[in-house]
Amino acid sequence: MRTEDLIKALDADISSKAMPLRSAWWMAAGAAVVIAALVFWMTIGPRPDIMIAMHTMRFMSKFVFTIVLAVTAFALIRALSTPGASTARAMAWMAAAPLLVAVAVALELFMVPEALWGTRMIGSNMMICMSFIPLIGLGPLAIFLWMLRYGAPTRPVLAGAVAGLLAGGLAATFYAAHCFDDSPLFVATWYTIAIAALALLGALGGRLFVRW
Amino acid sequence: MSGKDEAELSRLLRAAIAGDEKAYADFLHRIAALIRGFVRRKIVQGGVDPEDVVQETLLAIHLKRHSWRQEAPVLPWVYAIARFKLIDAFRRRGRRIEIDVDDIAETFAEPETETVSERDVNRALDGLPPAQRSVVSSVSVEGRSIGETAAKFGITETAVRVSLHRGLAAIAKRFGRQ
Repeated sequence: MRTEDLIKALDADISSKAMPLRSAWWMAAGAAVVIAALVFWMTIGPRPDIMIAMHTMRFMSKFVFTIVLAVTAFALIRALSTPGASTARAMAWMAAAPLLVAVAVALELFMVPEALWGTRMIGSNMMICMSFIPLIGLGPLAIFLWMLRYGAPTRPVLAGAVAGLLAGGLAATFYAAHCFDDSPLFVATWYTIAIAALALLGALGGRLFVRW
Repeated sequence: MSGKDEAELSRLLRAAIAGDEKAYADFLHRIAALIRGFVRRKIVQGGVDPEDVVQETLLAIHLKRHSWRQEAPVLPWVYAIARFKLIDAFRRRGRRIEIDVDDIAETFAEPETETVSERDVNRALDGLPPAQRSVVSSVSVEGRSIGETAAKFGITETAVRVSLHRGLAAIAKRFGRQ
């Protein structure tokens, strides 16, 4: 087929419609939140003393970390799925969540006696944390990988990993409402491992599934 | 390639997305020439046919045009897709060489293979289900309009449009799998 002929076919197909990528991303984000919320409520749900917990800094700080991670990952993944879009700034913003956690860890180490560091870090919930963050994040990750296919990421593996971070940030936001371990030492350890697992799965998905 | 080019191409693609076929044909012709220049500069040693990359890039631009943000410049978007497809073509070629040494030997034995009919898009077209293949060929190679194609096969214009779109999407998909 000559290029000239191909152009004729493409031209005749201009009436085929597709939702603009940007709107599609917002819809996907909405669907991912709904799915994560459903899985969360049907399985573990929020902790019973959540109203009291909400008055403590440690409890609320967990949501700051996870929401900042989700928001920055959402900005980056939209740029990564658009060819030619500049990603440098969104990439730099990805440091925000880890930096906040690092500051919180430093403060915690300063405020809590050394003898308690170990107990705070191990907490009481690490197995639930490491299984439910990935479990709640699985549905959102599938949606985000599907969105990457719909978009046009020129770095599919990286974009897949960011899809995992986004799903992880979202899942961890819900999970944080259940978890009794509010110490930044716990969050920095187990949340990180759980979210990294999703990022790894996302990178694999990007490698195998995101072709265009 | 100047700011004027950029503005004009953006305008054409915006008009095309709004449904202007003439603007789209104009856009595709100009873009094809730019991509051809880009790809030819990048392919210094043989192995990949530049025109294959041009066609695959055009197909990707068409199927992913919803990923262009209408207020953003269009050329960086076009070249990012072209670069991606170029790398993809080299990767596929590399894999093929590793796997089928015999195939390559045969290709050398037959100088005829470097012809228009051996384009990757063409091979992909041959792999389509018959209904899609005949509609895509009718509109492209035979140059019929949607209406003429519908009359020729005795189907509705909507059915032609659906087959055409699915056919093009299936052709693009085959490259990823090869």
